[in-house]
Amino acid sequence: MTTSNPATHSRRAVLKKSAVLLAGLASGVKLVDLAMAATKLEATDQLVRWGMLVDVTRCADGCTDCVDACNTEHGLHGKGRPLTDAQYIRVVNLKDKSTGHTSSLPVMCQHCETAPCVDVCPTGASFRREDGVVLVDKHTCIGCRYCMLACPYKARSFIHENLTDQKPMTPRGKGTVESCNFCTHRVDRGGTPACVEACAEKGHKALVFGDLNDPGSELYRQLREKPSVQIREDLNLNTGVRYHGV
Amino acid sequence: MKRITYITLAHNCRLYWMWMAGFAALILNGLYFAWYMEHHGHWVTGMNNQIVWGLPHVFAIFLIVTASGVLNVASLSSVFGKPAYKAWARLSGLLAITLLAGGLVALVLDLGRPDRLIIAMTHYNFKSIFAWNIFLYTGFVLVVLVYLWMMFEPGMAKKVTPVGRAAFVWRIVLTTGTGSIFGVIIARQAYDTVILAPLFIAMSLSFGAAFFVVYLFALRQSAFTGDAELLGKFRNLLIHFICAVFLITLIFHITKAWDVATRDFERFILLDGGLLTVLLWAGFVALGVLVPLLLLSGTGGASPNRVLLSSALHIAGGLAHLYVIIIGGQAYPSVLFPNKEVSSSFHDGVIAGYSPTFAELSLGLGGLSLAIAASLLVIRILPFLPENRASSD
Repeated sequence: MTTSNPATHSRRAVLKKSAVLLAGLASGVKLVDLAMAATKLEATDQLVRWGMLVDVTRCADGCTDCVDACNTEHGLHGKGRPLTDAQYIRVVNLKDKSTGHTSSLPVMCQHCETAPCVDVCPTGASFRREDGVVLVDKHTCIGCRYCMLACPYKARSFIHENLTDQKPMTPRGKGTVESCNFCTHRVDRGGTPACVEACAEKGHKALVFGDLNDPGSELYRQLREKPSVQIREDLNLNTGVRYHGV
Repeated sequence: MKRITYITLAHNCRLYWMWMAGFAALILNGLYFAWYMEHHGHWVTGMNNQIVWGLPHVFAIFLIVTASGVLNVASLSSVFGKPAYKAWARLSGLLAITLLAGGLVALVLDLGRPDRLIIAMTHYNFKSIFAWNIFLYTGFVLVVLVYLWMMFEPGMAKKVTPVGRAAFVWRIVLTTGTGSIFGVIIARQAYDTVILAPLFIAMSLSFGAAFFVVYLFALRQSAFTGDAELLGKFRNLLIHFICAVFLITLIFHITKAWDVATRDFERFILLDGGLLTVLLWAGFVALGVLVPLLLLSGTGGASPNRVLLSSALHIAGGLAHLYVIIIGGQAYPSVLFPNKEVSSSFHDGVIAGYSPTFAELSLGLGGLSLAIAASLLVIRILPFLPENRASSD
C-alpha cells in the first residue's frame, strides 16, 4: 500500500504550477510575437516586390510589340475566335470625351497587393507570390471563373478549348484561368518579362520592370521622378503596374 | 388539433411515370451536354471571356435560392408557430435538399474542370465567399436532414422547434452568402453593393413560396388545393414577399442611378440594354411583380387558379430578373478610364453580347429536372405527404 508523502505532493504541485506558469508565459510571449510581427507578405515586401512602369508618352501609335512578344513567349496562338481567345496583354486605345486627345497603352494583370482575384478564389489557386507576382496554380484551378468576374482590369482569360504546342514554361490547359505572370520563368533567372525586353529592343523603352522596393532600381528612380497613377486607384488595390502620362 | 397522417404518393400512376420519364430525358440531355461542353471546351457555349457566367448559373442560382426559400413552409410551422403549414413541413424540407442538389449539380458541371471537384472540397481559401458558400450548402443539407429526422421521429417532436430555428438561421445566412457572391465584386458597376444580400434573401422567400405552390398544384394534392384557408395564407405570403423583392430592387436601382459612377450602367440596364431591358421591365416588373400582385389582390385573389398563375408568373419573372442581374452585370464593361472612350482587341468599352446555346439551356434544365425528379422519387417511397383530410374526415 502506498502512502502519499506531503513533501512529494507539494513538490509535485509546485512543479505543476511552474509548468503551467511557464506555458502561460510562453504562449503569451508567442501571442505578443504574433501581434508585433509583420506578416510574411509585409516582411518580404521590404525585400522585393516586382512591378512595372508604363510610360504612355513613349507608347508608339499602333505599336503592338509588347503584345506580340507576350504571345510568342507564352505560345498564345489564337484560334480566330476573339471572344474566347486568351490575351495576357492588350493595347487599349483611349480618347478623351471632352478634349478628343488620344493615347494607347498596354493593360495586363496589374499584380495588385490586395488582389480581388486572390480574395475570391475558392480553392486558393489564385495566389500572390511573396515577391508580389499574382499567379494561377494550374493544378488547383477548378475553372469556376469567379476571379474573372472579380478582376477590375479584365486581365484574365479562360481557356475555352483544347490546346496543343504549349510552351514548357507556360503550362496551359483547357478549363482553367490564366493571365500575365510577369514572365516569372525569366524574372526568377534574373531576366525581364518578354514584353519589356521587346519594347526596349525596338527602342521605345516605354516599359520599365524592376523592384518597387529597391531604391537602386531604374523603376524606383523613374517612379520617384515621374508622376504616375494606378488604374482604378480608387479601389486601393496598390497595383504593381503603374502608368505615366495617361 | 387533429393528428396528421402522412402517406406516400400513390395516385395517378401513369401520369407519375410520364413525368418521371420526361424528367429523366431532360437529366440525360443535361448530362450529355455537360459532357459535350467539357469535351470541346466552353467555346461551344455562349459564354466567353466577357460573359464568364451564363445561363447555367442563372438556373443554378435560381435553384439554390429557391431551395432555402422553400424551407419557409417548415419554418412557418415550427419556428413561427403557424400550425396551418405543419402538414407540408416534411415536403418543404425535402424540396429544400433536392433543389439545392439540382442547383449544385448544374453549377459543378459547368466548371472548367468538374473532375477537380475533390479539390474544391479539400482546398479552401477562407477569404473567399465562394468557399464559405460550399460550407453553407453542405451544412444546409445536413441541418435540414436532421430537421426532417426530427419531424419523422415521433419521440423527437420537442426537438423540431430548436432544429427548425437552426435551419431558419442557416437558410438566411445561406442566401446572404449567395447574394454576397455578387455583392463583394468591387470590379463591376452592377455589383459592389451590400443590398444584393437582402435582395437574394427576399428572392428566396418569394421564389420558395411560388415554387411550393406550383409543385403542389402539379401534384394535384387536393389536401392542399382544397384547403381554402391555406391557399389564402400562401396568397398573403406571396404578396408580401413579391413586394419585398420589388422594393429592394427599386432601392438597388435608385441608389445605382443616384451614384454618378454607376449612372451609365443604370441607363444601360433600364433603357438601352435591348433584351436585358425587356427582360427587366416586361419579364420581372410586369409579369413577375405587377400581374401577380394584381391577380392576388382584391376579391377572388385567393382562388386556386389565381394563386397558381401568380406563382408561375413570379417564377418566370424571377428567372428573368436573375438573368438581368447575372448577365447584365457582366455585359456592361468595367470602367477603367472614366471620361474616356475606350477600345481594344479584348472588347474593352464594348457591351458584351451573350447568346446562350442549347447546351447551356440543357444543363440548366437538367439541374431543375434532377431537383424535381429526386423529390418525386422520394415522396413515392417515404411518407412526406399529408393524407387528404377532406376525404378522410
